Amino acid sequence: MKVSWLIPIGVVLILVTRPGWAAKDYGLEPQEVAPGTYVLFGANEHFNFRNGGNIVNTAFVVTDDGVVVIDTGPSRLYGEQLRAAIATITDRPIIRVYNSHLHPDHFLGNQAFEDLPEAALAGTIEGIRQHGEMFNESLYRLCGAWEAGTRVVVPTEVVEPGIEVIGGHRLRLLALDGHSDADLVILDETTGVLFAGDLVFNGRAPTTPHANIAKWLAALDKLEGLSFSLLVPGHGAAADDRAPIAQTRSYLRWLSEGLAESAEQGLDMAEVLTPRAPPASIAELAVFAAEYQRSVAHLFPGYEAAALERGRVIQDSD
Amino acid sequence: MIARHASAVTLCLLAATLTSPPLRAQPDVEDPLGSFMWGEMHQQLLGGEPYRFDDRVKVLAPADAEDSMNVPVLVDALALGRVKRLVVFAELNPIHKVLEMEPLEAGARIGFRIKVQQATPVRAAALTEDGVWHVGGRIVEAAGGGCTAPSLGSANQDWASRLGEVSGRLWPGEESTRLRLRIMHPMDTGLVAGIPAFFIETLEVRDTGGSLLTRLLLFEPVSENPVLTVDLPKVDQVALRGRDNNGNPIIARMLGGQTAGAQ
Repeated sequence: MKVSWLIPIGVVLILVTRPGWAAKDYGLEPQEVAPGTYVLFGANEHFNFRNGGNIVNTAFVVTDDGVVVIDTGPSRLYGEQLRAAIATITDRPIIRVYNSHLHPDHFLGNQAFEDLPEAALAGTIEGIRQHGEMFNESLYRLCGAWEAGTRVVVPTEVVEPGIEVIGGHRLRLLALDGHSDADLVILDETTGVLFAGDLVFNGRAPTTPHANIAKWLAALDKLEGLSFSLLVPGHGAAADDRAPIAQTRSYLRWLSEGLAESAEQGLDMAEVLTPRAPPASIAELAVFAAEYQRSVAHLFPGYEAAALERGRVIQDSD
Repeated sequence: MIARHASAVTLCLLAATLTSPPLRAQPDVEDPLGSFMWGEMHQQLLGGEPYRFDDRVKVLAPADAEDSMNVPVLVDALALGRVKRLVVFAELNPIHKVLEMEPLEAGARIGFRIKVQQATPVRAAALTEDGVWHVGGRIVEAAGGGCTAPSLGSANQDWASRLGEVSGRLWPGEESTRLRLRIMHPMDTGLVAGIPAFFIETLEVRDTGGSLLTRLLLFEPVSENPVLTVDLPKVDQVALRGRDNNGNPIIARMLGGQTAGAQ
C-alpha cells in the first residue's frame, strides 16, 4: 500500500528537521554501587557544548514499591534519557523524585518526570521558583542545543527532614545548608549509601555561587558524624571513606581564609584573581583555576565589605 | 531624588553596530586586541592624539566575567612614571567610557568594578608628559545576558536611605598609603526603561591640609556601590569629596587605624 512507504519518509523528515534533537545522546550508563542502587556519573568538567551539562551525578534506588530518583540532570533531554536508562534496569514504576538543591544541573531534567511526585526542601522549591528561569537561560548559553525544549518544573512536594520508609528502604532525609540555602542529604540506612549532593565534591573544585562557607563547614561536620558505607558526592567519584568530605573541607577552608586575609590586607578584587600558592592537593583538583576565579566573584565582596567596615570613617553632610 | 527600581541594571545595546567603520590613524600599528572599535575609541576618547600600544599599561581582569554586573579591574600604569591622565573604557559597552583619573600625587594605578554585557576589550590609556597616550588592555569574555552565573542581585529597598554612605579604610605601606572605599550608589546607566541615568560623576581625595591628592571622574559603567582602590602618598587621613549627576554630595573623612570593634 502507498501509506506504508509514507511512514519511513515521515521518520526521515523528523530526523532531518530536528537533527540535534535526534542525534544527542548523553550515553548515560547506570553503575550499580550498592544493591539496587545506581549512580550515573557526570564528567568533572564545566558546562560546555560537548558535555551538554552532564557534569553531575544523578542516582536512583530500586525499592520493593518502585524507583526513587535523586536529581534529574541538566536538561529535559537528560531527564528523558535518565528515565529511559532506569527502564533498562527495572520495570518497576518510578514513584518519587528528589531534587537535592536549586542548581540547574540537579533539577532541569524534572520536566521528564512531571507526571510524578517531585520533592525538595522548602528553600529549594523557593530558590527554583525565583531563579529557575535564569538558570535555564544560563545553561542554554553554556550547553547549547542539549538544552533545547527545557522548561523549569518546580518541585511541588515539600520534604520534611526525618525518616521515610519506601519499599523496604529506610531513608534518612537531612535538611542541611551551606552549599546553597537548602541542601537535601539522603542517607539510605538500608544500604548505607549517603547521597551527599553538592555539599561534597570529589576530585573537583567545589562551586560557590550561593555558598555560605561557615554553614557549609558545619554541614560537613554533620556528614562526618553519620554512619555510612558509601558516599555519593554531587560531583566526582563515589568513595567508601570520608576522604571527599575532608577534601571539600580543606578546599573551603583554604579558599575562605585566603580571601578573608587578602581583604584584610587591603588587596583589590582584581589582585586576588590569581590564587596565592595553593597546596598541590588543591591545585590539582579538576577545573580549579576557573572555579577559584568564580569563587572570588561570589565570595570576595563579602570579606571586602567586612574589612572596609573596620575602617574609621567620619561621614559629613554639606 | 529620582526613583529607582531595585532590579539590577543591564547594559544591552550593541553600540558597535551603530558606529562607523574603523578609522586607522596609525595604520602601521597593529592593535594587539584586534578590536574593530579601536579606531573609533582613539578618535572619540583620546581626540585622535598620538598613542602607542604599551605593555607597561597593565589591565588586570578575569578572562571570563562570572558576574557581569561586577567585573573586577585593576589598571596599573606605574611603570610609566609620571602620568597626567588615565582613561579607562570598555569598547563594546553601549557606554564606552568607564573612568578617568588624574593621578596627581597618587600612583597611576586604580582598582574598580564594571558592568559588561558581552565580551569586550577593556582598555586603559595613560597620557605621559610628552603628550603620548600609552594604551594597554585585555579582552573580558562574558556570555551575555546580564548574569553569566546565578547572582541574587541587590534587591535592596533601602538604597535611598544609604545613598552616598561611605565605608573605607587606609592601609599604610612602605612608601604609600592604600585607600580602599565603597560608596553606596545605584550607578544607574539610564539604559533601562523607566530608570534614568544616576551615577557618581566626580570624586576628589585631599590631605588634611586641603591639598588635592587625586581626582576621579566616574561614568555609568562603574558597578553599583562602587568599590575603589587607589595608592596615595603616605598620609594619616584623607578627605573625600564628590557628587553625583543629580548634585547629591559625597563627603567623608577616612582616618587611619581601625574601629574599636575590629578583631
